[in-house]
Amino acid sequence: MTEMTLSKPARAVGIEITGVNLSYGATHVLKDVALSIRPGEFFAFLGPSGCGKTTLLRLIAGFAQAQTGKVLLDGQDVAPLPPWKRDVGMVFQSYALWPHMTVAKNVAFGLEERRLPRAEIDRRVSQALELVGLSAYAERRPAQLSGGQQQRVAVARTIAIEPKVLLLDEPLSNLDAKMRVSVRRELRSLQQRLGLTTIFVTHDQEEANTICDRIAVMDAGRVQQVGTPMELYENPANLFVANFLGSANILDERAGVPIPAGKRLVFRPQHAALTSPEGAALRGPVTHREFLGATVRYAVHIGDSEVLIETPFQSGGELRAVGDTVGVDLPPRRMLFLPA
Amino acid sequence: MTSVRSPGQVALALAIALFLGVFLIVPVATVVYVAFTEKGGGGLTLVNFLDFGRTELFVRSFWNSVYVSAMTVVWASVLALPLAYLTTRFEFRGAMLVQTLGFLPLIMPPFVGAVAMQLLFGRNGSVNLLLDEWFDFKIGFMEGLNGVIFLQAIHYFPFILVNLSAALRNIDRSMEEAAQNLGSHGLRLFRRIALPLALPGYVAGASLVFVKVFDDVATPLLLNVKEMLAPQAYLRITSIGIDDPMGYVISVVLILVAVATMWATALVMKGKDYATTQRGGGGLARRQLRPREQALAYGVVILILALVLAPHVGLVLLSFATVWSYSPLPDGYTLAHYTRVLGDSSVYIKNTLLYSGLAATIDVAIGGAIAYLVLRTRLPGRQWLDWAASTALAVPGVVLGIGYLRAFYGVSLPDGTPLATLWIVIVLAIAIRRLPYALRAAYAALQQISVSLEEAAENLGATKARTVRRVVIPLMTGGLLAGFVTSFATAAVELSAVLILVQSNSDAPLAYGLYVLMQTPAGRGAGAALGVIAVLIVAICMGLSQLAVDRSQRARGLDI
Repeated sequence: MTEMTLSKPARAVGIEITGVNLSYGATHVLKDVALSIRPGEFFAFLGPSGCGKTTLLRLIAGFAQAQTGKVLLDGQDVAPLPPWKRDVGMVFQSYALWPHMTVAKNVAFGLEERRLPRAEIDRRVSQALELVGLSAYAERRPAQLSGGQQQRVAVARTIAIEPKVLLLDEPLSNLDAKMRVSVRRELRSLQQRLGLTTIFVTHDQEEANTICDRIAVMDAGRVQQVGTPMELYENPANLFVANFLGSANILDERAGVPIPAGKRLVFRPQHAALTSPEGAALRGPVTHREFLGATVRYAVHIGDSEVLIETPFQSGGELRAVGDTVGVDLPPRRMLFLPA
Repeated sequence: MTSVRSPGQVALALAIALFLGVFLIVPVATVVYVAFTEKGGGGLTLVNFLDFGRTELFVRSFWNSVYVSAMTVVWASVLALPLAYLTTRFEFRGAMLVQTLGFLPLIMPPFVGAVAMQLLFGRNGSVNLLLDEWFDFKIGFMEGLNGVIFLQAIHYFPFILVNLSAALRNIDRSMEEAAQNLGSHGLRLFRRIALPLALPGYVAGASLVFVKVFDDVATPLLLNVKEMLAPQAYLRITSIGIDDPMGYVISVVLILVAVATMWATALVMKGKDYATTQRGGGGLARRQLRPREQALAYGVVILILALVLAPHVGLVLLSFATVWSYSPLPDGYTLAHYTRVLGDSSVYIKNTLLYSGLAATIDVAIGGAIAYLVLRTRLPGRQWLDWAASTALAVPGVVLGIGYLRAFYGVSLPDGTPLATLWIVIVLAIAIRRLPYALRAAYAALQQISVSLEEAAENLGATKARTVRRVVIPLMTGGLLAGFVTSFATAAVELSAVLILVQSNSDAPLAYGLYVLMQTPAGRGAGAALGVIAVLIVAICMGLSQLAVDRSQRARGLDI
């Protein structure tokens, strides 16, 4: 046995997905999916429920079969490999810790299946538990742990086998809001230390934005756009991406400004300002006002739509009242014209 | 609900407590008391138990019973495990077939097919005659204790199958996917993950089988096996008399074994209630069988199905046979046995319908009342009624029968005949035996009814009693009907308590008639005809029960 440690993987591995189509009966779950995930990257599949993101993850792990297309792991087609021969570690949404085994037994499971010598198993189990800070809990049962601890056991169990890639299926969804923030930071730093190619499935744009290098936004079985969080926010490729990442105002030609045929005008609420209605191209009555602390959010009725404008709140500053007619000032560089 | 304690509820609770006291607690307590008193009514003593331990026949019978029950569990598991695994983890067309096996032991208790199985699998039965002719050897399926094990395993493995399948289906699929993801598969995966997680379900089924086999009187006796504990209790009382203490001592041992088994089960299950179906669950994606695996799977299922159907086929053959011995099939066929049992033996059928009908009515009335008192009122001690009624599960039929005989023999009716000899006592014993089933059915029915439906009726001015009559009972009808039919069907083939209590043929139900007829070669044909009729009655009832449940669910679906 060569001297291997959990913190230094031999070599990070890339994933190539090309032309994948997958159906369950009449439901077309994945449509022409193509993705390239770089070695060592922290990558997210982001989308609403039912968009196909979990199915894509399960395809990589071998729990789903595509009708067309390929998944290449480190350049090798994984289609002929059953789940137990793929060496891709998956952390399940429910954690899937076995209740009849202790924490240490759970972590040792994959190593025992690989028929490693006992001493090596013990060494790797304690190393993995140390890495997630649960060494003191080795002899507990999963039911005796908190949700966050269970999640860490699930991660330790997976990284103990030193997988080629790490798959995380909504790992934060069963944690409370406070835990989510700290656990996602832990996951990020763990991934950085291991240099492990990681795919993170989530429906929460904030989670994806905060910890991932790049994101594939998915909807209705298709990859809508791939990019870094900032690219996606600044330059969404279509209305779905614009809407899904942060809030966006979408106006058509009835708004009173020139918009190219077949396109929509899109802008972020904080990129516009309220002005006096005289001479403004976009104008209308204020229909709602919400105080959010740092900002005040106005809803303005323009054309047939409602537009949200967020202005910084300054104490003593003048506020608009519901019913006031206002103009909306939008710098041209903040205007996006996206296909309808 | 309101906590008003209405006099009607109190009276109802007291009446049920009185009934359970007189017809369950007193007989069982009598048995225990007699076992601990000196013969002829002396003081308390352990001498009877010492006698039991010193009598070689009883000790041997005890270990034989333990052996037979344990081996039945082993063989039943051997039959049930592959079927459960196959139907829950693979895409398998035969799954429906396997699921229907689950109902067969309810349709026919093992003693009914005992003689027919002797003719099929015995030393000179069809199978061994053919084996001898073709391959020159015989298999001792039915030799001594083997016969009892063979018969019981075939009849009771579905209890394990049903429990184990349910447990396997309830495992969250991510539990097994996680194991696959970490490199495990096939039988190893089954052994390390699926089986431990399904263990509680398996243990529940296995302990039920153990107790049922341990308490069975009629099956060993029909196979001419006398050296088992439950048959010894029966033989002792019927041959030596109700004053002999050994029958009571054996009864206490039977109760202790039943209680110990249930206690051990509870101990094993403690902390192992892995309810793993959870968030994002769903069953495991079932695997396709490869053609060779498919052929093997069908082979196994067909073999087991053939074994399960053997007693039924044998019984039907026997009921139409003129003479059937030393030959693979009967020599000729006749309807004479049916004309006989529908003619002069029809009193058995009439008695069965009457007794089972009365017993099931009592069960539904008491079960429904207990369910209502426990779930809908705050009467102190209401839980005790439930517990008391449920203890009937731990009381073997033969013990209840002995208890009735002893407790009610001294009670004379105005005309001087002892109460214990009256046919109504048989009805009461059957009712007590089947009460736990009806009680569970009533619980299930009542739990499905929202309390707010009753509160709405009271809010609109209906009294408690009128609410029960106009709202609760109509809504419970489907569930109660299902409980009635199940009680009725299983009461129709109840034998172990009946065996002790029947005093004359004219008062005997069908199961007793079958038992008596099966004792002689001349009566076998008629006995088998009675068995076929019993199976038909039970099967029809099971169908009706399913219909009642379906209907009430559909009606409920419209209501909501």
